[in-house]
Amino acid sequence: MTQKASFLTALAFTMTAASAAFAETELTVYTAVEAEDLARYAETFNQSHPDIKINWVRDSTGIITAKLLAERDNPQADVVWGLAATSLLLLKSEGMLEPYAPAGVDQLDPKFVDGDNPPSWVGMDAWVASVCYNTVEAEKLGLTPPASWKDLTDPQYAGHVIMPNPNSSGTGFLDVSSWLQMFGEEEGWKFMDALHENIARYTHSGSKPCKLAAAGEIPIGISFAFRGAKSKAAGAPLEIIVPSEGVGWDMEATAIVAGTANLEAAQTLVDFTVTKEANEMYNTGYAVVAYPGVAKPVEHFPEGLLDAMIDNDFEFAANNRAAILKEWQARYDGKSEAK
Amino acid sequence: MTDTTQSIMPAGPVIKGKLSRDDIIMRGSMIIIALYLVVSLVFPLYAMLSKSFSTYRVELSQYEFQVSDEAGQFNGSIWTGAELNMRSGTFGDAELSTGADGRLPVTGFFPDFSFRSPVMYQIRNTSDTGRFLIGSNLQTGTEWVTLDSNTFRRVQLRPVKAQGIDNFVSYFSTPALFNSIKNSLWIAVLSTVVTVSLAFWFAYALNRSCMKYKGVFRLIAMAPILVPSLLPGIALVYLFGNQGMIKDLLFGASIYGPIGIVIGSVFFTFPHAFIIISTALAISDARLYEAAASLRSTPWRTFWTVTVPGARYGLISAAFVVFNLVITDFGLPKVIGGQFNVLAVDIYKQVIGQQNFEMGAVVSVVLVIPAILAFAIDRMVQSKQVALLSARSVPYEPQPNKKMDRIFFAYCTLIGLFIAGLLAVCQFAALIKFWPYDLSFSLNNYQFDKMDGGGWGSYANSIKLALMTAVAGTAVVFFGAYLVEKSKGFRTGRAIFQMFAMLPMAIPGMVLGLAYIFFFNNPANPLNAIYGTMAILVVCTVTHFYTVSHLTAVTALKQMDREFESVAASLKQPTMKLFARVTVPVCLPAVLDISIYLFVNAMTTVSAVVFLYSPKTTLASIAVLNMDDAGDIAPAAAMGMMIFYTNALARIIHLLASRGILRRTQAWRSR
Repeated sequence: MTQKASFLTALAFTMTAASAAFAETELTVYTAVEAEDLARYAETFNQSHPDIKINWVRDSTGIITAKLLAERDNPQADVVWGLAATSLLLLKSEGMLEPYAPAGVDQLDPKFVDGDNPPSWVGMDAWVASVCYNTVEAEKLGLTPPASWKDLTDPQYAGHVIMPNPNSSGTGFLDVSSWLQMFGEEEGWKFMDALHENIARYTHSGSKPCKLAAAGEIPIGISFAFRGAKSKAAGAPLEIIVPSEGVGWDMEATAIVAGTANLEAAQTLVDFTVTKEANEMYNTGYAVVAYPGVAKPVEHFPEGLLDAMIDNDFEFAANNRAAILKEWQARYDGKSEAK
Repeated sequence: MTDTTQSIMPAGPVIKGKLSRDDIIMRGSMIIIALYLVVSLVFPLYAMLSKSFSTYRVELSQYEFQVSDEAGQFNGSIWTGAELNMRSGTFGDAELSTGADGRLPVTGFFPDFSFRSPVMYQIRNTSDTGRFLIGSNLQTGTEWVTLDSNTFRRVQLRPVKAQGIDNFVSYFSTPALFNSIKNSLWIAVLSTVVTVSLAFWFAYALNRSCMKYKGVFRLIAMAPILVPSLLPGIALVYLFGNQGMIKDLLFGASIYGPIGIVIGSVFFTFPHAFIIISTALAISDARLYEAAASLRSTPWRTFWTVTVPGARYGLISAAFVVFNLVITDFGLPKVIGGQFNVLAVDIYKQVIGQQNFEMGAVVSVVLVIPAILAFAIDRMVQSKQVALLSARSVPYEPQPNKKMDRIFFAYCTLIGLFIAGLLAVCQFAALIKFWPYDLSFSLNNYQFDKMDGGGWGSYANSIKLALMTAVAGTAVVFFGAYLVEKSKGFRTGRAIFQMFAMLPMAIPGMVLGLAYIFFFNNPANPLNAIYGTMAILVVCTVTHFYTVSHLTAVTALKQMDREFESVAASLKQPTMKLFARVTVPVCLPAVLDISIYLFVNAMTTVSAVVFLYSPKTTLASIAVLNMDDAGDIAPAAAMGMMIFYTNALARIIHLLASRGILRRTQAWRSR
């Protein structure tokens, strides 16, 4: 009896010791990926690499970027896994990224990889703007569904549209930068002036407009397709509209933070993020992934989304970001006080 | 004549009391706690102030350019950026001073630039500090870089750090930012007027009438203290949002904006105003009322000439406390403010949204000014207060008055319904499956691990933080108060300590949090290691709530005669022994009050810690904010109510524990 007990204790000890030995390296990974996906990502990674433990720091794109820039002289992150490419370009221009060509990077669609060699970042999936349209509430208000961005400036939608504030949301910024690229600077601002007349308010986060539309708080939320598909799957009376002019998109991407103490583990993680397996994992929520041929259609995703993606100029977006945001703030922020 | 000068004796040596070992220990400890306050408050604030003057400027003279002819040959003439700008007039002075993220394209320097032309360009930094981008690659070297026209248009100049008041200039010339000052003041004044009037009548009913169920009303009125300030905002969304239960009551006005902020502010500041006014109304001299009655004064006149003047210090103090709470609050306007910008949210937007830390520091400096003013005026008024009760006073006892008692009861019921109603709405919303389309009950919203904000782990972290803050904070604050109150001599040192101890009250949480980033996240700082840990959250929370705790401790200690120290000294007992064996047990009620105050506030605080939490230290109150931000409003309400229940439970435990402990330690008080 006692012998058995002591054997069991010994076994238990060995097991804890073994698992402790396994989880040797801890990586601090900054991410803007939706919270509900993170556990799944870490689990999939740990199946093949049980020795590396991921500590997530998750927040919205703006906050994570701010955090990284604030920690410029004293980086806390080892890896950034799942942050807008526009933000990673900002970090790159500060010399904060460690260039590294992950094993198997040549398999990826070149559009998804940083142009430099070795690349500073590699893409995971694309994250596409869309309009979430609550059919039940819209019917109550007697609205007709919009087909294009320009339609949204129609006076019938006055006070019925919510979009994210580009100053704090990556989704908001990709909308604004895509409008400026599609319509040209002058026309783009003119469009936003007209749209602003219809906006009920600007939210801080990019997923909130769609969640608000799903909850009937507002009939139309400018958000991204992934969020809309999820809310639709949860039973919300949503229709996901792809405006006919084309939609802005950004890429979620991965990079190693320069100066990390765990370079080897970080490289292992980044190697994993470009594998076919990882891309299949991204595909659960994102219809467009970096690995060609992997993407399967995602449930509730609107049709024609891929063709509607504009030819996004990331460098334009990153290098004009400060100027665009300043202009946006001067035009729309604070001018629209509720009275 | 000459004699007089001689008769003056030479001045003797100044006689100084000899410092005993005890005195040295006490002074040493006091210096240590004062140092704590310097490191956790003064240094960070200084770091922030200097940040607000740190600007980014593109130094055009730090760059040199060469242009080739069509064949790609450079003729050797070199221009600096400053010369080119002077010649072409591309950029004005305002465009050169920019944020940390600023970029300037250079093609404007060359009026005949075309990206198709075969002309080549060369560019270099003239000093090691110069920085420019080609595309998104940073160039810091001083050697020449040769580029073709098409690549040259991708060159962006980056700013370097400088010092100056440019940030303030640009703040006051940006109407969007500048407007927030007006908005913040307007909201704060309006909320103050509403809260103080409501709280006054509530306190009046509880102290000056004979209505029933006073205990219940007192309990309900204190409930808002137990929840984060943003929780009423969430309740208001469910009540008055576009899918709100009773949105018609607003007659088409939007709850997102000043209306929502004011209603929510009234909710969360109500208990603060109520306590202060209630204390002022609790005791009053019955002789004044007798005099008024014998002079045939009407009750209305008596009210204005006796009651209100008697409570005026309480009213003024309550007004400034509420004003300060509203103007510095961040959670509520974030949740329900819509497009109505206020200062506290501006700080968040500047720092988090635009990564413009310098501008965040500028807004912080602007926000500190009204907060400090309100605080200073309040302290000044407080110091003028004199005792209203003399030894000959007769305590006022309210007389039953059926009609008035009924009116007061109805009034208090309304207020009680408002407070309890908002909390009930949150709890109800948390249990609904999918508002407003699926009204069945479920516990789905409690699956925090599937949402933003850190899941149940953040709830555990919050409790850990609250316990650590309560224990460490009470120890530091009470010991500090003891030293400053009971040590002999050392007047300057004590005065400085008092000043440091009062300062945290005037510093808004957002400002403190931001200041901590600047100070602690600096690799040159030896204390850098605590950045991102639970320790920095504890330090920040203790410091943020230092003042009220300190004042509680000082009040309790003032009740103890200094003779205790003298007796201990004459018995040759060390002061520390006296402190542990006599002072702490006697002041135990105050010690327990401080610890519950710190616990509850650590559970609910958002503003001070929103910049400081890390993956391992996410907090429940921050989770409420983040879940609401992501649109998961029902789970946010659920987590907010978890904080409420935890705090309520802590209060009950505190009550029971204090009863048990007090019975044993305070037996001497009753004979």
